[in-house]
Amino acid sequence: MQDLGSPAAGADRTFEDLLTAVGRDRDRAAFAALFGHFAPRLKAYLRRQGCDEGGAEELVQDVMLLVWRRAETYDPTQASAGTWVFTIARNKRIDALRREQRPEIDPADPTLVPDPVESADDGVAARETAGRLKAALKTLPPEQADLLRLAYFEDKPHSQISVEQGIPLGTVKSRLRLAMERLRKAMRDSR
Amino acid sequence: MTVPTHHPGDTLLIDYAGGALGEAASLIVATHLALCPCCRLNVAEMEAVGGALLESIEPEEVDPACLETVLARLDDLPPLPRAPRPKLVCQPAEVPLLPEPLRRYVGNDLSRLPWKRLMRGMDCYDIPLASGSESRGKARLMRLASGVGPPHHTHRGIELTLVLDGGFTDDPGQFARGDLSVADDSVRHRPVADEEGCLCLAVTDAPLRFTGALGLILNPFVTF
Ligand SMILES: [Zn+2]
Repeated sequence: MQDLGSPAAGADRTFEDLLTAVGRDRDRAAFAALFGHFAPRLKAYLRRQGCDEGGAEELVQDVMLLVWRRAETYDPTQASAGTWVFTIARNKRIDALRREQRPEIDPADPTLVPDPVESADDGVAARETAGRLKAALKTLPPEQADLLRLAYFEDKPHSQISVEQGIPLGTVKSRLRLAMERLRKAMRDSR
Repeated sequence: MTVPTHHPGDTLLIDYAGGALGEAASLIVATHLALCPCCRLNVAEMEAVGGALLESIEPEEVDPACLETVLARLDDLPPLPRAPRPKLVCQPAEVPLLPEPLRRYVGNDLSRLPWKRLMRGMDCYDIPLASGSESRGKARLMRLASGVGPPHHTHRGIELTLVLDGGFTDDPGQFARGDLSVADDSVRHRPVADEEGCLCLAVTDAPLRFTGALGLILNPFVTF
Protein backbone atom coordinates (compact mmCIF):
# COMPACT_ATOMS: atom_id res chain seq x y z
CA MET A 1 0.00 0.00 0.00
CA GLN A 2 2.74 2.49 0.87
CA ASP A 3 3.89 2.69 -2.75
CA LEU A 4 0.52 3.65 -4.13
CA GLY A 5 0.60 6.88 -6.05
CA SER A 6 4.30 7.39 -5.66
CA PRO A 7 5.99 8.71 -8.78
CA ALA A 8 7.90 5.45 -9.11
CA ALA A 9 4.65 3.65 -9.74
CA GLY A 10 4.21 5.22 -13.13
CA ALA A 11 7.37 7.10 -13.96
CA ASP A 12 8.63 4.85 -16.72
CA ARG A 13 5.30 3.58 -17.96
CA THR A 14 2.92 5.30 -20.34
CA PHE A 15 -0.73 5.71 -19.37
CA GLU A 16 -1.52 3.08 -21.97
CA ASP A 17 0.88 0.68 -20.20
CA LEU A 18 -0.74 1.49 -16.88
CA LEU A 19 -4.25 0.84 -18.19
CA THR A 20 -3.12 -2.44 -19.71
CA ALA A 21 -1.55 -3.43 -16.37
CA VAL A 22 -4.79 -2.67 -14.56
CA GLY A 23 -6.74 -4.77 -17.04
CA ARG A 24 -4.31 -7.69 -17.04
CA ASP A 25 -2.98 -7.78 -13.46
CA ARG A 26 -5.45 -5.70 -11.44
CA ASP A 27 -2.38 -3.58 -10.68
CA ARG A 28 -3.34 -1.15 -7.91
CA ALA A 29 -0.22 0.97 -8.12
CA ALA A 30 -0.89 1.44 -11.83
CA PHE A 31 -4.45 2.39 -11.03
CA ALA A 32 -3.34 4.93 -8.43
CA ALA A 33 -0.98 6.50 -10.98
CA LEU A 34 -3.84 6.74 -13.50
CA PHE A 35 -6.01 8.30 -10.81
CA GLY A 36 -3.32 10.88 -10.06
CA HIS A 37 -3.26 11.93 -13.70
CA PHE A 38 -6.87 11.66 -14.78
CA ALA A 39 -8.90 12.49 -11.65
CA PRO A 40 -8.01 16.22 -11.63
CA ARG A 41 -8.73 16.44 -15.39
CA LEU A 42 -12.01 14.58 -15.02
CA LYS A 43 -12.97 16.91 -12.20
CA ALA A 44 -12.30 19.95 -14.40
CA TYR A 45 -14.30 18.33 -17.22
CA LEU A 46 -17.28 17.59 -14.97
CA ARG A 47 -17.19 21.08 -13.44
CA ARG A 48 -17.54 22.51 -16.94
CA GLN A 49 -20.53 20.22 -17.47
CA GLY A 50 -22.22 22.00 -14.58
CA CYS A 51 -21.34 19.80 -11.59
CA ASP A 52 -20.70 21.47 -8.25
CA GLU A 53 -17.51 20.70 -6.32
CA GLY A 54 -18.87 17.74 -4.35
CA GLY A 55 -20.89 16.30 -7.22
CA ALA A 56 -17.85 16.47 -9.50
CA GLU A 57 -15.66 14.58 -7.03
CA GLU A 58 -18.30 11.91 -6.57
CA LEU A 59 -18.63 11.44 -10.32
CA VAL A 60 -14.83 11.34 -10.68
CA GLN A 61 -14.86 8.38 -8.30
CA ASP A 62 -17.60 6.64 -10.29
CA VAL A 63 -15.71 7.17 -13.55
CA MET A 64 -12.46 5.86 -12.08
CA LEU A 65 -14.27 2.80 -10.72
CA LEU A 66 -15.57 2.14 -14.23
CA VAL A 67 -12.00 2.50 -15.52
CA TRP A 68 -10.97 -0.20 -13.03
CA ARG A 69 -13.81 -2.50 -13.98
CA ARG A 70 -13.56 -2.07 -17.75
CA ALA A 71 -9.77 -1.96 -18.08
CA GLU A 72 -9.78 -5.54 -19.35
CA THR A 73 -11.49 -4.39 -22.53
CA TYR A 74 -8.96 -1.61 -23.21
CA ASP A 75 -7.06 -2.02 -26.49
CA PRO A 76 -4.06 0.32 -26.95
CA THR A 77 -4.18 -0.03 -30.75
CA GLN A 78 -7.73 1.33 -30.79
CA ALA A 79 -7.51 4.34 -28.49
CA SER A 80 -5.05 6.26 -26.35
CA ALA A 81 -5.64 6.12 -22.61
CA GLY A 82 -6.95 9.70 -22.68
CA THR A 83 -9.45 8.92 -25.44
CA TRP A 84 -10.67 5.80 -23.68
CA VAL A 85 -11.12 7.60 -20.36
CA PHE A 86 -12.87 10.46 -22.16
CA THR A 87 -15.50 8.14 -23.67
CA ILE A 88 -16.17 6.53 -20.28
CA ALA A 89 -16.53 9.93 -18.60
CA ARG A 90 -18.76 11.25 -21.40
CA ASN A 91 -21.14 8.29 -21.13
CA LYS A 92 -21.16 8.35 -17.34
CA ARG A 93 -22.10 12.02 -17.17
CA ILE A 94 -24.87 11.58 -19.76
CA ASP A 95 -26.23 8.81 -17.55
CA ALA A 96 -25.75 10.67 -14.26
CA LEU A 97 -26.53 14.28 -15.19
CA ARG A 98 -29.14 13.79 -17.90
CA ARG A 99 -30.59 10.42 -16.92
CA GLU A 100 -30.41 9.39 -20.55
CA GLN A 101 -29.01 6.41 -22.34
CA ARG A 102 -26.29 6.91 -24.86
CA PRO A 103 -27.16 4.92 -27.97
CA GLU A 104 -24.05 3.35 -29.49
CA ILE A 105 -23.30 0.80 -32.17
CA ASP A 106 -22.75 -2.82 -31.23
CA PRO A 107 -19.57 -4.02 -32.95
CA ALA A 108 -20.88 -7.61 -32.84
CA ASP A 109 -24.20 -6.76 -34.53
CA PRO A 110 -24.63 -8.91 -37.69
CA THR A 111 -26.44 -5.96 -39.32
CA LEU A 112 -23.40 -3.68 -38.95
CA VAL A 113 -21.93 -2.79 -42.34
CA PRO A 114 -18.26 -3.79 -41.96
CA ASP A 115 -15.28 -1.60 -42.76
CA PRO A 116 -14.40 -2.01 -46.44
CA VAL A 117 -10.75 -2.90 -45.75
CA GLU A 118 -8.70 -3.44 -42.63
CA SER A 119 -7.46 0.03 -41.86
CA ALA A 120 -3.83 0.56 -42.73
CA ASP A 121 -2.89 1.77 -39.29
CA ASP A 122 -3.33 -1.57 -37.58
CA GLY A 123 -0.67 -1.97 -34.96
CA VAL A 124 0.22 1.71 -34.90
CA ALA A 125 -0.29 2.63 -31.28
CA ALA A 126 -3.08 5.14 -30.86
CA ARG A 127 -0.68 6.86 -28.50
CA GLU A 128 1.43 8.11 -31.42
CA THR A 129 -1.62 9.53 -33.14
CA ALA A 130 -2.62 11.18 -29.88
CA GLY A 131 0.78 12.86 -29.67
CA ARG A 132 0.42 14.41 -33.13
CA LEU A 133 -3.14 15.39 -32.32
CA LYS A 134 -2.08 17.18 -29.14
CA ALA A 135 0.52 19.16 -31.05
CA ALA A 136 -1.98 20.06 -33.79
CA LEU A 137 -4.49 21.23 -31.19
CA LYS A 138 -2.00 23.88 -30.08
CA THR A 139 -1.73 25.26 -33.60
CA LEU A 140 -5.46 25.88 -34.07
CA PRO A 141 -6.55 29.52 -34.35
CA PRO A 142 -8.03 30.58 -30.97
CA GLU A 143 -11.55 31.07 -32.35
CA GLN A 144 -11.56 27.49 -33.61
CA ALA A 145 -10.03 26.00 -30.45
CA ASP A 146 -12.51 27.90 -28.24
CA LEU A 147 -15.50 26.56 -30.15
CA LEU A 148 -14.10 23.06 -30.06
CA ARG A 149 -13.82 23.23 -26.26
CA LEU A 150 -17.38 24.51 -25.97
CA ALA A 151 -18.60 21.67 -28.18
CA TYR A 152 -16.86 18.98 -26.14
CA PHE A 153 -17.09 20.38 -22.64
CA GLU A 154 -20.42 22.16 -22.25
CA ASP A 155 -23.07 19.62 -23.22
CA LYS A 156 -24.43 21.93 -25.89
CA PRO A 157 -24.96 21.06 -29.54
CA HIS A 158 -23.39 23.46 -32.01
CA SER A 159 -26.76 25.05 -32.77
CA GLN A 160 -27.14 26.10 -29.15
CA ILE A 161 -23.56 27.34 -28.97
CA SER A 162 -24.41 29.56 -31.91
CA VAL A 163 -27.37 31.07 -30.03
CA GLU A 164 -25.54 31.58 -26.75
CA GLN A 165 -22.32 32.94 -28.21
CA GLY A 166 -24.15 35.12 -30.70
CA ILE A 167 -22.12 33.61 -33.54
CA PRO A 168 -24.04 32.83 -36.74
CA LEU A 169 -24.73 29.12 -37.16
CA GLY A 170 -22.86 29.02 -40.48
CA THR A 171 -19.77 30.47 -38.81
CA VAL A 172 -19.92 27.96 -35.95
CA LYS A 173 -20.18 25.14 -38.45
CA SER A 174 -17.37 26.32 -40.67
CA ARG A 175 -15.01 26.92 -37.72
CA LEU A 176 -15.69 23.46 -36.32
CA ARG A 177 -15.23 21.94 -39.77
CA LEU A 178 -11.95 23.76 -40.36
CA ALA A 179 -10.67 22.71 -36.93
CA MET A 180 -11.63 19.11 -37.56
CA GLU A 181 -10.03 19.10 -41.02
CA ARG A 182 -6.73 20.23 -39.59
CA LEU A 183 -6.84 17.74 -36.72
CA ARG A 184 -7.86 14.91 -39.03
CA LYS A 185 -4.91 15.70 -41.27
CA ALA A 186 -2.57 15.51 -38.26
CA MET A 187 -4.04 12.17 -37.22
CA ARG A 188 -3.83 10.63 -40.70
CA ASP A 189 -0.54 12.20 -41.74
CA SER A 190 1.99 9.62 -40.64
CA ARG A 191 1.12 7.11 -43.31
CA MET B 1 -23.03 -3.98 -49.64
CA THR B 2 -23.61 -0.39 -50.55
CA VAL B 3 -22.58 2.43 -48.28
CA PRO B 4 -24.65 5.55 -47.69
CA THR B 5 -24.16 8.69 -49.77
CA HIS B 6 -25.95 11.16 -47.46
CA HIS B 7 -24.16 11.70 -44.13
CA PRO B 8 -24.78 13.69 -40.94
CA GLY B 9 -21.75 15.93 -41.57
CA ASP B 10 -18.89 16.95 -39.30
CA THR B 11 -20.74 19.25 -36.93
CA LEU B 12 -23.46 16.76 -36.03
CA LEU B 13 -20.85 14.02 -35.62
CA ILE B 14 -18.85 16.29 -33.30
CA ASP B 15 -22.00 16.84 -31.23
CA TYR B 16 -22.42 13.07 -31.03
CA ALA B 17 -18.76 12.34 -30.23
CA GLY B 18 -18.69 15.03 -27.56
CA GLY B 19 -21.94 13.79 -26.04
CA ALA B 20 -23.94 17.00 -26.58
CA LEU B 21 -26.77 15.42 -28.58
CA GLY B 22 -29.93 14.30 -26.80
CA GLU B 23 -30.95 10.67 -26.79
CA ALA B 24 -33.22 10.89 -29.84
CA ALA B 25 -30.62 12.53 -32.08
CA SER B 26 -27.90 10.22 -30.73
CA LEU B 27 -30.07 7.24 -31.61
CA ILE B 28 -30.41 8.26 -35.24
CA VAL B 29 -26.72 9.18 -35.60
CA ALA B 30 -25.59 5.90 -33.98
CA THR B 31 -27.93 3.90 -36.23
CA HIS B 32 -26.43 5.66 -39.25
CA LEU B 33 -22.97 4.74 -37.92
CA ALA B 34 -23.92 1.06 -37.94
CA LEU B 35 -24.56 1.38 -41.67
CA CYS B 36 -21.70 3.77 -42.51
CA PRO B 37 -18.05 2.71 -41.93
CA CYS B 38 -16.84 6.09 -43.14
CA CYS B 39 -18.68 8.07 -40.45
CA ARG B 40 -17.60 5.47 -37.87
CA LEU B 41 -13.98 6.32 -38.61
CA ASN B 42 -14.77 10.02 -38.33
CA VAL B 43 -16.39 9.55 -34.93
CA ALA B 44 -13.44 7.49 -33.68
CA GLU B 45 -11.17 10.38 -34.64
CA MET B 46 -13.50 12.89 -33.02
CA GLU B 47 -13.39 10.87 -29.82
CA ALA B 48 -9.60 11.05 -30.04
CA VAL B 49 -10.02 14.84 -30.19
CA GLY B 50 -12.13 14.59 -27.03
CA GLY B 51 -9.29 12.63 -25.42
CA ALA B 52 -6.74 15.25 -26.44
CA LEU B 53 -8.96 18.04 -25.09
CA LEU B 54 -9.36 16.18 -21.79
CA GLU B 55 -5.57 15.84 -21.59
CA SER B 56 -5.11 19.56 -22.20
CA ILE B 57 -7.77 20.80 -19.77
CA GLU B 58 -6.59 22.85 -16.77
CA PRO B 59 -6.67 20.22 -13.96
CA GLU B 60 -8.55 20.90 -10.73
CA GLU B 61 -7.20 19.56 -7.45
CA VAL B 62 -9.06 16.55 -6.11
CA ASP B 63 -9.44 15.87 -2.38
CA PRO B 64 -6.76 13.25 -1.56
CA ALA B 65 -9.39 11.28 0.38
CA CYS B 66 -11.03 10.48 -3.00
CA LEU B 67 -8.26 8.11 -4.00
CA GLU B 68 -8.45 6.33 -0.63
CA THR B 69 -12.22 5.97 -0.98
CA VAL B 70 -11.92 4.57 -4.47
CA LEU B 71 -9.13 2.15 -3.53
CA ALA B 72 -11.22 0.89 -0.61
CA ARG B 73 -14.11 0.21 -2.98
CA LEU B 74 -12.09 -1.74 -5.57
CA ASP B 75 -12.36 -4.99 -3.66
CA ASP B 76 -16.13 -4.88 -3.62
CA LEU B 77 -16.21 -4.70 -7.38
CA PRO B 78 -15.63 -7.70 -9.57
CA PRO B 79 -14.45 -6.72 -13.04
CA LEU B 80 -17.39 -6.38 -15.40
CA PRO B 81 -17.92 -9.58 -17.29
CA ARG B 82 -16.37 -9.34 -20.71
CA ALA B 83 -18.97 -8.19 -23.17
CA PRO B 84 -20.14 -11.43 -24.72
CA ARG B 85 -18.62 -11.46 -28.19
CA PRO B 86 -21.04 -13.68 -30.05
CA LYS B 87 -18.56 -14.71 -32.70
CA LEU B 88 -21.14 -17.18 -33.85
CA VAL B 89 -19.80 -20.32 -35.37
CA CYS B 90 -22.76 -20.33 -37.68
CA GLN B 91 -24.00 -16.92 -38.70
CA PRO B 92 -27.69 -16.41 -38.02
CA ALA B 93 -29.67 -17.47 -41.05
CA GLU B 94 -31.26 -14.08 -41.25
CA VAL B 95 -29.57 -10.75 -40.67
CA PRO B 96 -32.01 -8.47 -38.87
CA LEU B 97 -33.35 -5.54 -40.87
CA LEU B 98 -32.83 -2.99 -38.12
CA PRO B 99 -29.31 -2.39 -36.84
CA GLU B 100 -28.32 -1.70 -33.26
CA PRO B 101 -28.83 0.50 -31.35
CA LEU B 102 -32.28 0.97 -32.93
CA ARG B 103 -33.18 -2.72 -32.57
CA ARG B 104 -32.78 -2.44 -28.80
CA TYR B 105 -35.44 0.29 -28.79
CA VAL B 106 -38.07 -1.23 -31.07
CA GLY B 107 -37.29 -4.93 -31.43
CA ASN B 108 -37.04 -6.53 -34.84
CA ASP B 109 -40.65 -7.50 -35.47
CA LEU B 110 -42.18 -4.40 -36.93
CA SER B 111 -45.59 -6.02 -37.28
CA ARG B 112 -45.91 -6.20 -33.50
CA LEU B 113 -45.52 -2.48 -32.99
CA PRO B 114 -48.64 -0.43 -32.25
CA TRP B 115 -48.56 1.59 -35.46
CA LYS B 116 -50.64 4.71 -35.59
CA ARG B 117 -52.20 5.90 -38.84
CA LEU B 118 -51.43 9.51 -39.61
CA MET B 119 -53.01 9.59 -43.05
CA ARG B 120 -53.61 7.27 -45.92
CA GLY B 121 -50.31 5.54 -46.74
CA MET B 122 -48.52 6.89 -43.70
CA ASP B 123 -48.15 5.16 -40.33
CA CYS B 124 -45.93 5.96 -37.40
CA TYR B 125 -44.69 4.53 -34.13
CA ASP B 126 -43.35 6.82 -31.41
CA ILE B 127 -40.26 5.31 -29.83
CA PRO B 128 -40.11 5.46 -26.03
CA LEU B 129 -36.84 6.95 -24.82
CA ALA B 130 -35.10 6.39 -21.51
CA SER B 131 -35.23 10.07 -20.75
CA GLY B 132 -39.03 9.97 -20.83
CA SER B 133 -39.29 13.68 -21.31
CA GLU B 134 -39.57 14.92 -24.86
CA SER B 135 -37.94 18.22 -24.10
CA ARG B 136 -34.71 16.95 -25.62
CA GLY B 137 -36.11 15.47 -28.78
CA LYS B 138 -38.43 12.86 -30.11
CA ALA B 139 -37.90 9.78 -32.26
CA ARG B 140 -40.44 7.95 -34.38
CA LEU B 141 -40.55 5.23 -37.00
CA MET B 142 -42.40 6.19 -40.18
CA ARG B 143 -43.81 3.86 -42.79
CA LEU B 144 -44.78 5.39 -46.11
CA ALA B 145 -46.51 3.77 -49.02
CA SER B 146 -45.23 4.23 -52.55
CA GLY B 147 -45.63 7.75 -53.86
CA VAL B 148 -46.75 9.26 -50.58
CA GLY B 149 -45.57 12.80 -50.07
CA PRO B 150 -46.62 14.10 -46.71
CA PRO B 151 -48.01 17.61 -46.40
CA HIS B 152 -45.56 20.27 -45.36
CA HIS B 153 -45.22 21.38 -41.82
CA THR B 154 -43.16 24.18 -40.56
CA HIS B 155 -41.69 24.53 -37.15
CA ARG B 156 -38.44 25.19 -35.38
CA GLY B 157 -36.00 22.40 -34.66
CA ILE B 158 -33.55 20.11 -36.34
CA GLU B 159 -35.05 17.22 -38.20
CA LEU B 160 -33.15 14.15 -39.14
CA THR B 161 -34.50 11.33 -41.27
CA LEU B 162 -32.71 8.00 -41.72
CA VAL B 163 -33.87 5.52 -44.34
CA LEU B 164 -34.02 1.94 -43.04
CA ASP B 165 -35.73 0.25 -45.97
CA GLY B 166 -36.96 1.35 -49.38
CA GLY B 167 -36.27 4.99 -50.04
CA PHE B 168 -37.48 8.45 -50.91
CA THR B 169 -36.64 11.17 -53.34
CA ASP B 170 -36.19 14.75 -52.29
CA ASP B 171 -34.74 17.90 -53.81
CA PRO B 172 -31.22 16.99 -52.68
CA GLY B 173 -31.55 13.60 -54.37
CA GLN B 174 -32.30 9.97 -53.78
CA PHE B 175 -32.24 8.56 -50.25
CA ALA B 176 -31.78 4.80 -49.72
CA ARG B 177 -30.99 2.55 -46.74
CA GLY B 178 -28.46 4.21 -44.44
CA ASP B 179 -28.86 7.67 -45.94
CA LEU B 180 -29.50 10.44 -43.47
CA SER B 181 -31.28 13.63 -44.42
CA VAL B 182 -30.61 16.75 -42.37
CA ALA B 183 -33.37 19.30 -42.77
CA ASP B 184 -32.38 22.91 -42.59
CA ASP B 185 -33.95 26.07 -43.84
CA SER B 186 -31.72 26.29 -46.87
CA VAL B 187 -33.43 23.42 -48.65
CA ARG B 188 -37.06 23.18 -49.55
CA HIS B 189 -38.13 19.64 -48.93
CA ARG B 190 -40.74 17.78 -50.95
CA PRO B 191 -39.95 14.19 -50.14
CA VAL B 192 -41.85 11.44 -51.93
CA ALA B 193 -41.54 7.77 -51.04
CA ASP B 194 -40.13 5.58 -53.81
CA GLU B 195 -42.00 2.80 -55.56
CA GLU B 196 -41.16 0.19 -52.94
CA GLY B 197 -42.30 2.50 -50.14
CA CYS B 198 -40.12 3.73 -47.32
CA LEU B 199 -39.38 2.82 -43.72
CA CYS B 200 -37.48 5.49 -41.88
CA LEU B 201 -36.50 6.79 -38.48
CA ALA B 202 -37.28 10.47 -37.93
CA VAL B 203 -36.06 12.68 -35.12
CA THR B 204 -36.56 16.22 -33.96
CA ASP B 205 -34.07 17.61 -31.51
CA ALA B 206 -35.53 19.74 -28.77
CA PRO B 207 -37.23 22.56 -30.65
CA LEU B 208 -37.41 24.75 -27.56
CA ARG B 209 -33.67 24.94 -27.25
CA PHE B 210 -33.38 26.61 -30.62
CA THR B 211 -36.16 29.12 -30.46
CA GLY B 212 -35.49 32.21 -32.42
CA ALA B 213 -32.14 31.35 -33.83
CA LEU B 214 -32.79 29.06 -36.71
CA GLY B 215 -35.93 30.51 -38.11
CA LEU B 216 -38.50 28.35 -39.76
CA ILE B 217 -37.49 24.98 -40.97
CA LEU B 218 -39.35 22.81 -43.36
CA ASN B 219 -39.87 19.36 -42.03
CA PRO B 220 -39.64 16.53 -44.56
CA PHE B 221 -41.88 14.02 -42.85
CA VAL B 222 -42.73 14.71 -39.32
CA THR B 223 -44.86 16.99 -37.34
CA PHE B 224 -44.47 16.50 -33.62
ZN1 LIG C 1 -22.03 8.39 -42.94
